[in-house]
Amino acid sequence: MSTPPSVLPDISPSRGEIGSFVDRANLAFLALFLSLLFLPFSAFAADLPALTGRVVDNAGIIDAATKAALTQKLADFETKGSDQIVVATINSLDGEEIEPYANRLFRFWKLGQAKENNGVLLLVANDDHKMRIEVGYGLEGTLTDLHTKLIIENDMVPAFRAGDFSGGIAKALDDMIMVLEGNLEELVARGERNQQAPFNSDDLFFAVFISIWAIIFFGSIAVSVLPPIFGQKLGPGRYRWLGMTFEPHRRSSGGGWSSGSSGGGWSSGGGGGGFSGGGGSSGGGGSSGSW
Amino acid sequence: MFAQRLAPPSMFRTLPAFLMMAIVLPLLAGCGYNTIPTAEENAKAAWSEVLNQYQRRADLIPNLVETVKGYASHEKDTLDAVVEARAKATQITVTPETLKDPEALKKFQDAQAGLTSALSRLIAVSEAYPDLKANQNFLALQAQLEGTENRIAVARRDYIQAVKDYNLTLRTFPSVLWATFWFRSNQPFANFTIEDDKLQTPKVDFGTKQGG
Repeated sequence: MSTPPSVLPDISPSRGEIGSFVDRANLAFLALFLSLLFLPFSAFAADLPALTGRVVDNAGIIDAATKAALTQKLADFETKGSDQIVVATINSLDGEEIEPYANRLFRFWKLGQAKENNGVLLLVANDDHKMRIEVGYGLEGTLTDLHTKLIIENDMVPAFRAGDFSGGIAKALDDMIMVLEGNLEELVARGERNQQAPFNSDDLFFAVFISIWAIIFFGSIAVSVLPPIFGQKLGPGRYRWLGMTFEPHRRSSGGGWSSGSSGGGWSSGGGGGGFSGGGGSSGGGGSSGSW
Repeated sequence: MFAQRLAPPSMFRTLPAFLMMAIVLPLLAGCGYNTIPTAEENAKAAWSEVLNQYQRRADLIPNLVETVKGYASHEKDTLDAVVEARAKATQITVTPETLKDPEALKKFQDAQAGLTSALSRLIAVSEAYPDLKANQNFLALQAQLEGTENRIAVARRDYIQAVKDYNLTLRTFPSVLWATFWFRSNQPFANFTIEDDKLQTPKVDFGTKQGG
């Protein structure tokens, strides 16, 4: 009876003392090695919060009703002009400056559509008493540094000083949306350009389709040409190559492939459930403040 | 096929060779022929972004100087220092072609660092003028300047990463073969050093040294 490998003390009586000791040492070493191997990844992964929705309230400073209302508002705004605005609150920056942290988080979450870079991240670091509005490349011209500065200083700072985080954030979002809607033609144009976004799945489907056909087409040529060259001849028209027997001129009877294109599970995440960044990036636009 | 193998005409000899080429050539590209040029172009693009953001800062300065002059005309030394540092910084440009020269990059870096410190002194001095601080134009310029400094920091970080990737392709295993046999003229790019980067961050001065 072989017990599964475990780093726990081995108490099975079937093994000798020395054997189990060696096993344990090996396992401990392996565990150490693996943990060292994965240490950098886990360190980075733990660093940045996950994008769980449009309002990621890890500091727990936004009340539930406001959070639901803001999520709905931001979802509606995205359907209008494809701009992705996300609110994030964290407890601590762990000594980092808020600007590089916000930029890293923005790029990690890939806010905004890939071709437009039209994302906005509103980040609040509760313990550090700092906030930042990070604007994607594509919106820098509309939501300028000055706009974000004024929104921070006039909407957020007074409310935050009074302890009203939900109110300050809601007001800041209202004003940001107002600024972005102020340039209505561009907003509508962006929205129309990105209406096609769900149809991108067709491109993918097309690529998969073509590549399957390419594999079948070139694969069959390769199967009929390569074994006679590289393979070992077994008999007339039969070759052995790479451990398989090829008979290029005989129709295989059983190997039919059923073309079951099974509908494809393409749900373009319009709802609030599966929200994810559209692939946008930011070059450090926006501004920061503190309260 | 079997019969053809017994007495192969020349055409059927070359056909498999063609097919082999068709299979092998894409594999060759997959082996990293493109790695070095791609990384080089990425690094050059990142450098262009650095230049772009420094230029943006330089463009903001004349307006800023004029605005400050209106309220604090007797801070002449600080204002002149900014103008002078700007002139010096805009004279030196590093084109992507000269990126291989660490000296040129260092000169560029020093000039920009000089402008950074002159600017932070100007901002510090302006704290003493309430009228200036309340001026909308000054507020706007200050917000833009802060934003630009942050964009410079981001662009520099991206450049550092892009150059690191490029230099790695010239020195690490699969692509180093291409570097030695094909891209012999490709040289590693000079990078910003960490010390320089740290020197660049504006220092907080609690009024112990009054500039001016």
